[in-house]
Amino acid sequence: MPAIDQNKIRNFCIIAHIDHGKSTLADRIIEMTGLLTSREMQSQVLDNMDLERERGITIKAQTVRTVYKAKDGQEYIFNLIDTPGHVDFNYEVSRSLAACDGAILVVDAAQGIEAQTLANVYLALDHDLDVFPVLNKIDLPSAEPDRVAAEIEDVIGLEAHDAPRISAKTGINIEEVLEAIVHKIPAPAGDPKAPLQALIFDSLYDSYKGVIIFCRIKEGTVKKGTMIQMMATGACQEVVEVGYFGAGQFIPCEELSAGMVGYITASIKNVKDTAVGDTITDRNNPCAEPLPGYKKVTSMVYCGLYPADGAKYNDLRDALEKLQLNDASLFFEPETSIALGFGFRCGFLGLLHLEIIEERLEREYNLDLVTTAPGVIYRVYKKNGEMMELTNPSNLPDPAEIEYMEEPIVSAEIMVTTEFVGAIMTLCQERRGVYLGMEYIETTRALLKYELPLNEIIYDFFDALKSRSRGYASFDYEIKGYEQSELVKLDILINKEEVDALSFIVHASSAYERGRKMCERLKEEIPRHLFEIPIQAAVGGRIIARETVKAMRKDVLAKCYGGDITRKKKLLEKQKEGKKRMRQVGNVEIPQKAFMSVLKLDEE
Amino acid sequence: MRRTLELYIHIPFCARKCAYCDFLSAPAPAGVQRRYVEQLADEISCQSVHYPGLKVISVYLGGGTPSLLEPDEIRSVMEAVRSHYDIAQGAEITIEANPGTVSMEKLESYLEAGINRISIGLQSGDDKELRELGRIHTYDEFLKTYQRVRQAGFANVNIDLMSALPGQTLASWNATLKKVTMLKPEHISAYSLMIEEGTPFYERYHDHPELLPGEDEEREMYYATKQFLREQGYERYEISNYAKPGRECRHNIGYWTGTEYLGVGLGASSYVGGIRFRNERDLETYCRIPMKENEADKWLHQDIVKLSSKEMMEEYMFLGLRMIDGVSCEEFMRRFKADVWDVYGDVLRRLAGNRLIITDGSSVRLSDFGIDISNYVLSEFLL
Repeated sequence: MPAIDQNKIRNFCIIAHIDHGKSTLADRIIEMTGLLTSREMQSQVLDNMDLERERGITIKAQTVRTVYKAKDGQEYIFNLIDTPGHVDFNYEVSRSLAACDGAILVVDAAQGIEAQTLANVYLALDHDLDVFPVLNKIDLPSAEPDRVAAEIEDVIGLEAHDAPRISAKTGINIEEVLEAIVHKIPAPAGDPKAPLQALIFDSLYDSYKGVIIFCRIKEGTVKKGTMIQMMATGACQEVVEVGYFGAGQFIPCEELSAGMVGYITASIKNVKDTAVGDTITDRNNPCAEPLPGYKKVTSMVYCGLYPADGAKYNDLRDALEKLQLNDASLFFEPETSIALGFGFRCGFLGLLHLEIIEERLEREYNLDLVTTAPGVIYRVYKKNGEMMELTNPSNLPDPAEIEYMEEPIVSAEIMVTTEFVGAIMTLCQERRGVYLGMEYIETTRALLKYELPLNEIIYDFFDALKSRSRGYASFDYEIKGYEQSELVKLDILINKEEVDALSFIVHASSAYERGRKMCERLKEEIPRHLFEIPIQAAVGGRIIARETVKAMRKDVLAKCYGGDITRKKKLLEKQKEGKKRMRQVGNVEIPQKAFMSVLKLDEE
Repeated sequence: MRRTLELYIHIPFCARKCAYCDFLSAPAPAGVQRRYVEQLADEISCQSVHYPGLKVISVYLGGGTPSLLEPDEIRSVMEAVRSHYDIAQGAEITIEANPGTVSMEKLESYLEAGINRISIGLQSGDDKELRELGRIHTYDEFLKTYQRVRQAGFANVNIDLMSALPGQTLASWNATLKKVTMLKPEHISAYSLMIEEGTPFYERYHDHPELLPGEDEEREMYYATKQFLREQGYERYEISNYAKPGRECRHNIGYWTGTEYLGVGLGASSYVGGIRFRNERDLETYCRIPMKENEADKWLHQDIVKLSSKEMMEEYMFLGLRMIDGVSCEEFMRRFKADVWDVYGDVLRRLAGNRLIITDGSSVRLSDFGIDISNYVLSEFLL
């Protein structure tokens, strides 16, 4: 293979608000540059997990290399790095951006700028990327490209009057985008002869090749036999293979040199050794310092995952281990609950990440799960000067030992049409938000800035936001840090026994309200028994709410008409089936879904 | 012993649908009724080929409101039965009748056709409660019907009652019981109202159970019924059924004790030869089925299930326990060649421990508490 001219490489990504057409544009670029004929194209080549397609979001970063013959007669290599599309994966997004030299900003010509549009643009500009806008969906009758172009210029300050006006769906004006990539995105820099310095922006576990590292070579060259070292984790291996990304396949090549995007395999067994954001160097000729921006990924949201059938504990562990091979941000460790038996405390990047893992466990591994209420990591400062990070409410020390506690706070930006500003402000207030300010994007839309406790937004904030703005609000956040907070542990006692799996940490001001709702909800979920069952909510041993499940009094099937025994039997079977899906706590049988009911406290 | 059979005949017509009723029944024009009766008679005759030599020990005309049929219609149905089946001497032959639909002429036709038991749907002795139920009659109209039935010479009469009705109190229920027992019917069925999906009552009360008598009050009504009827000489022999000695409804007992029965007519259920099935439920479709030997069945019979011996055991228990005397251990052994304690030991011990059942060497039966929550108890017997 002839040496590749650095000037003919374009490393870029596409950034957009969800649903503005990022993946569709990626498909068109791949198709138009001849990598695949449209017949071979399955829609949205880059989103290759079933789940990603179903949910219409990108979970893992995907990369593809194509060759474009431009109007100047030259052939250009395009490395398109697709970035995850959700705030849960913000850090992964930032690392993918760091692997690029430029970005295409896709804006829906009907909807205009949304919260994620802004967040992503700022993130791209932070990484010194050259960004050019594209107005998508101009085929829609409601498209207003002139208005949206003006909005981009006013709000973001990017020149947009000559932005390509396209329809990724119907293929209008894609050529213009390709030319813009050539002319507006800079060629990469870097010296192929310098010591190796490569950025890991993703990795993938393959059962034959081991970990496949996705990287961008910033300086130097890597080839088969190079002894590479990960600068943060320290892991060291000899390179087995390097190559680049075809559509859905890995294509080996001789070497990867400065400016190129590709993959490296080196018989690495664990994705944990190849942390996203880490720098790869040559152990025998190391670079002076790692690339900036590496962060150890930390789980933000924790919950307990238990097999519905206790005998499936080992199956659950195996499944989690397999998922972790490809997902270094998934954390789990064994835990035991009095109510639920053996299970795992799992850490996730966010609630979407949690849901995805849960869904994959149920779908791909056929496991029936009981999930406890998701929580965040609290910092507990004890009187003896120790600080502990609390991920499981059951581990909260005795209140007498606690000096104070802190909880994570996020900076949130919410974009909403002005008619819903009031409703959204009320919502943020209910969630203990601190108002920072508001900007008008245009006369009808505003950007609200708030600081919100993370534990107030992890369950259902997004849903509440959508329902209170009739779907018009968009939302983005980043972790700001920890702040001291008046937190208490809310315990639930069923028939006078504390049920550990139902405990959760809550702000003192909402303890009473939540305790009351919990009791009400559990009263609905727990079937009547032969005896009366008190359900109590307690904080620090003090009962703050109570409901009672009355003893079974009457459950008679009156008539059996005309000998329709089958119908009667079905009724009894339903009753019997209900008994099976119960968890025995003391002498009370609690339906599995009751453990999830804590999540739905805000439903009206 | 000769194999016996019970016959159930479904008449899916009523003058007006009651607000609580989810049975397969609706008002229909006279022409439809006539066509149905012809088809029904044809089904009765064409089904008989499957049951040669079986003694029919009971016939039950249920509905709907069978008393809506004209005298000649009743005659043709019963003629079909008599000419194709071997009816046992002294068989119990019941027809359900609703007040306001029974003339002397009809009653005489019943007697001629050999019908010897009448079940009258009264439901309540309180006119306000009757209106709320959507019944077509008042208490006075019922009284006239009852007297006419007695005048005609019927010596075996049941009265259907319902407790836990909207607006009903313990006092009004007691008053209903008093009025009814003064008439000295041979049999009283007393059911608790069930709110069934798809009825106007479901719309009205499913989300507003507070508008119905509470469970405690409902149970008091139930206890009062048992107590009062016993004082009047009626023995409770099944969860919801009471009778003067020797007047228990044999047809119903058959359902609870695993007797074979053939159901004919729209949507009727059957249990013969260890197989359960159900007839076509759509009236128009039913009326178009060619009622010919060997051809009718494939159109007519649906949801055909051959019971395994496990299912037969389950049914034997959960049906038999509805009888106040419970199930006999000896009979269980005779039928299944297994000891009930080997099959259900854990369940029996647990339920007895919770005082839901009473066991002695020879039988298993529900306790009073077990009756209150019989669904819970009976579901335990599903294996």
